[in-house]
Amino acid sequence: MNASKLLSVEDVAVDLPTARGNLRAVDRVDLALGAGRTLGIVGESGCGKTMLSRAILQLLPKKAKLSGRVMFDGQDLVRCSPESLRKLRARSLAVVFQDPMTSLNPVLTIGTQLIETLQEHLELDGATAGRRAVELLAAVGIPAPEQRLTQYPHQLSGGMRQRVAIAIALSCEPKLLIADEPTTALDVTIQAQILDLLAREQRRRHMAMIIITHDLGVVAGRTDEVAVMYAGRVVERAPTPVLFKNMHMPYTEALLAAIPKLDAAPHTALPAISGRPPDPTRPLKGCSFWPRCRYADGRCESEKPRLEGAETAAHQFACFHPIKLAAGVGV
Amino acid sequence: MATLELPIQEEAVSPVRKGRRLGRLFWAAVGWMILVFAVAILAPVLPLPSPTDMDMLERRATFSALHWLGTDGLGRDELARLAYGARVSLLVGLCAPIIGVTIGGALGMLAGYFRGRFEALAVGSMDVLLAFPPLIFALAVVAFLGQSILNLTCVLGVLSIPAFMRVARAATLTLARREFVIAAQALGASHARILLRELLPNVALPLLAFFLLGVAVIILVEGALSFLGLGVPPPTSSWGSMIGEGRESLDVAPRLAFIPAIAMFLTVLSFNLIGDTLRAITDPRQGAL
Repeated sequence: MNASKLLSVEDVAVDLPTARGNLRAVDRVDLALGAGRTLGIVGESGCGKTMLSRAILQLLPKKAKLSGRVMFDGQDLVRCSPESLRKLRARSLAVVFQDPMTSLNPVLTIGTQLIETLQEHLELDGATAGRRAVELLAAVGIPAPEQRLTQYPHQLSGGMRQRVAIAIALSCEPKLLIADEPTTALDVTIQAQILDLLAREQRRRHMAMIIITHDLGVVAGRTDEVAVMYAGRVVERAPTPVLFKNMHMPYTEALLAAIPKLDAAPHTALPAISGRPPDPTRPLKGCSFWPRCRYADGRCESEKPRLEGAETAAHQFACFHPIKLAAGVGV
Repeated sequence: MATLELPIQEEAVSPVRKGRRLGRLFWAAVGWMILVFAVAILAPVLPLPSPTDMDMLERRATFSALHWLGTDGLGRDELARLAYGARVSLLVGLCAPIIGVTIGGALGMLAGYFRGRFEALAVGSMDVLLAFPPLIFALAVVAFLGQSILNLTCVLGVLSIPAFMRVARAATLTLARREFVIAAQALGASHARILLRELLPNVALPLLAFFLLGVAVIILVEGALSFLGLGVPPPTSSWGSMIGEGRESLDVAPRLAFIPAIAMFLTVLSFNLIGDTLRAITDPRQGAL
């Protein structure tokens, strides 16, 4: 793997022991991300997106077993000591979650949460940290930031709370920000604002970002590269423009078809992907998508397709029957 | 010990009511608490007769200018004994839950946060403590170590640890998997920092409400133990021992049992009222989730 990469995930697998048997949440994933670049991880619920992000952060549930390597800034996070891991996180990692209500401490004011984080990370005195907090809140587009400092999370709207969560995440000047479904809990107009805000701050700070979402529309135009996950595996991976122009994996196509179109006639039924993802405690022998795939045949059922390069090495997919036609950009 | 019901359910108090209208009952309770605390603290400097001086000619005297609340079966001034009894009742009633909330709260938070073997051990030992008959435990300790306010406080404090531990652990369990904790970990916060700065402010609210309830219960339990002769050694008075002594003359002078009983009733009621009201107005989570 390229040494200049900020983050490289190599052969990472996450196993969760459950009452129904071993659950492979993430199945031998390889990813890489350069400094200042954006990676989108797309897939439906339960396909291992969040587990992968937790694996990168080394914040998996205690029972989970992780194998593989997570190289960040030249260090293997999997084999780091807890103390050096903690220091590394403090310096260079941050995360923004889906639900801004639960990602802020409900009983502390915005100011307390933000200023304490600043004091902890940048070793500022109280007054300087207070000024920095106001600057940060202003930077994430919060009006009257001085006033907000004394307010509690429940006194702010959902969009405001997410902005505060982003401000806290940005406070330690991270090199990598993981945004785990950052806009799912917000309404559509706020979604665009938050995504623009993330993109703006990313450019300004030259930080790398991973956007995790189930919405291909969110990653289009905002990411450099997209990895599509299904049942714990990366099934297609390509630079964003290439993926939207020339997708090969039937699952990617199905995800794209599931995005509502503005120009569709009113009351058109939304195309949904029929069926459900396979039971992760009972892995399928062949391709995990074959029961739901319209191109599947006997080979898909018995043999697992490997993730292989297409026209370019940057575009990889795992399918025996790739879609040949240019799907066209529909978003 | 009496079973404690945990009132964490959130009452819907409209924001308008917050801080403005606390209600006459609340202020009456605050007034009573101030009176009791003032009398308890100032008892030695108040112009009260000695609570232990006996006047055999004036046994069970009724209300008079000399003895405002009369005298007890041994001719001791009832008001003075009530004031000095308040010292004991409040001292035990406050110190024992402080022991419980400190040890129990810390154990509960550690158990809820770290889980695993430590949690199993902590919960198991608390179950053992809960299964042990509290009265026998108190009897044994008093028999071995002697009757004193300190021993009484320690016994009641230890007995209140499991209840506080359960509250703290339950609150921590739900909070520890919340995303703000994971976000703090992702930002490199240490375990100590997460426990003290992120979780403690959240756990403190139910613990505080439970603490005030605990004070009320401990005052009652101390009264019960003193009534049984396991409490403070005579001639020191506590409300419970006064009720116990008053029992002997219930037929001729029922006031000797009823006056300390009323004082205890009002104090316990006040603690509960203040605890409930404070919880309702200080909980910033209400209306949020």
